Amino acid sequence: MAPRGWQRSMAMLLGAVALAGPLLAPNDYWIGVMARICLYATLALGLNIVVGYAGLLDLGYVAFFGIGSYLYAFLASSHFGLHLPFVVALPIVIVLTACSGILIGAPTLRLRGDYLAIVTLGFGEITYLLLINLDRPINITGGPSGIVGIDAPALAGFVLSHNTQYYYLFVGALGLTLLASARLRHSRIGWAWQAIREDELAARAMGINTTVAKLQAFAIGASFAGIGGCFLASWQRSVFPDNFLFTESINILAMVVLGGMGNLLGVVLGATLVVALPEMLRDFQRYRFLVFGLMLMVLMVFRPQGLLSFRGRSGLPQPLADGSPPNRSGADSSRLV
Amino acid sequence: MDNILAILPQQLVFGLALGTVYGLIALGYTMVYGILFMINFAHGEIFMVGAYVGWWALTLLLQAQPGGLHAAWALPLMLLPAMLFTGVLGMGLERFAYRPLYLRGATRLGPLISAVGASFFLQNLVMLTQGARMKVYMTGVLFPRGWRIQVFGASISALVIVMFVVAGLMMWGLHLLVQRTTLGRSIRAVAEDREMAAIMGVNVRRVIAATFFLGSALGGAGGVLVGLYYTQIDFFMGYSAGLKAFTAAVLGGIGNIRGAMLGGLILGLVESLAVTFMNPAYKDVVAFVILILVLVFRPTGLLGETVAEQEKV
Repeated sequence: MAPRGWQRSMAMLLGAVALAGPLLAPNDYWIGVMARICLYATLALGLNIVVGYAGLLDLGYVAFFGIGSYLYAFLASSHFGLHLPFVVALPIVIVLTACSGILIGAPTLRLRGDYLAIVTLGFGEITYLLLINLDRPINITGGPSGIVGIDAPALAGFVLSHNTQYYYLFVGALGLTLLASARLRHSRIGWAWQAIREDELAARAMGINTTVAKLQAFAIGASFAGIGGCFLASWQRSVFPDNFLFTESINILAMVVLGGMGNLLGVVLGATLVVALPEMLRDFQRYRFLVFGLMLMVLMVFRPQGLLSFRGRSGLPQPLADGSPPNRSGADSSRLV
Repeated sequence: MDNILAILPQQLVFGLALGTVYGLIALGYTMVYGILFMINFAHGEIFMVGAYVGWWALTLLLQAQPGGLHAAWALPLMLLPAMLFTGVLGMGLERFAYRPLYLRGATRLGPLISAVGASFFLQNLVMLTQGARMKVYMTGVLFPRGWRIQVFGASISALVIVMFVVAGLMMWGLHLLVQRTTLGRSIRAVAEDREMAAIMGVNVRRVIAATFFLGSALGGAGGVLVGLYYTQIDFFMGYSAGLKAFTAAVLGGIGNIRGAMLGGLILGLVESLAVTFMNPAYKDVVAFVILILVLVFRPTGLLGETVAEQEKV
């Protein structure tokens, strides 16, 4: 266990850096990159609840991001002629996205480990295919060309227009979701999730209603994606199906795993790396994803538990003394960490 | 409706041909999963590399023999290098991207992310070295358009028959290898209980490497066949094919070799039927909906898991 004081001062330092961020950024473009880091960190925190806390491998998380973005686009653009104010649309989208989390989560409750992974992946693909095809016979999603002309968020009459303003909105939301994640972790639900992650059968024997707890994980994880979706739609002022490809799910998962699953600062660090690395490699334009892929491999090989994880804390199966892999029956199928 | 019934046999043939290839690629996923409990996300890219090596072989053969090629010897000359290359590539991935992780008993997500990294890496490597534009397979040289037979109103081209036969032979060969040989017995033993197998004197690392070689080689062969069938390949083709093949593996029951073949056939048929009876845009939706339904009602896939996790609750 990391010393709490150390973590607290780290968090305060990071908070200070985050607030001063736009002053340190060389130009507006980098402020945009930083805003995107905050946006994706919010998403990664949502996935962290499902994967890191409850141990449910979700490979279709981007579906909730897409659902959130499109819901906001429906509610606040001329597509359907609705122009709900941001503060009204945001809660509606959060609630509806959480409901979609329950809807998608419900059929997967019986599934274990990798079956859950492939079914969530299937839901992610289905969501993408529906977004891209539901422009006929009735135009709902606008098809491949998406929905454009989405309202910018207005907070108490003040309309956001610059990257810096969006950045502060996103940082604020990130702070709140971080706080919520930290509080959830040590709440009754949080302990239930971690018990399910470690051993589902034992959790049930201890009187945890695993069905309810898993659905809560899906719903809360999805609601974070709903927030991210509203932000993306209102920031881009448009949404396209290609914003929600499978690779995006994988990117978000990489953020969660790189930093160290279940570790909140680790998740933020992971989001920073995954968003910023390809940007920093922009000078090598053509090679950046090659290098990015290589870095993912190297990081996993040299720090498989994530950059900011502390061994022993999350009950990693320890290798045997002779260096051979741990017994399979020790690594339960439904367990990811 | 008459119209649809008339093209139905044709669509079924396409579905079967595609299904055997899905099955061939699915074998790679299922074997690696059966033995390591790991989704090898880079397998789709290995399939893609196989398609490229096959394309190179065909191009070289055409340069050497501009007069004409005969499929009987040209096809093996394409398949062999493709399978060797992808097999060695798969072993290389195992050695450098996965082995350090499973030896340390890392989290189950670690190898997954490493595989995702490998997938990005291979895709971009091929794009940078081979160009982003698609390559064209000169299928017409090997299999002239006239080579086809009529069965029940379906016109079956020689290529489709060859795909069916090649894929079928390979699956049969794999089946024999796994069931009858010493290596096959070691593979089954490691899948059953890795530690116990090690105690009994099985060289676990070598068995895992061999499994990667076999699965990747089959995926590479699938790449050549798909290249011949669609006549166009690009660096991104591994993504959707890999996804489909993985779906097929899970559909049949992951870790189960026969299940992978069955899952591949079902997926191929469902897709071709969806194209016939519905809006083609929704064919992938149909495939995934069926997958989800099967798993919800039969969470271990159609044929169940033979090697995996039965002893667990």
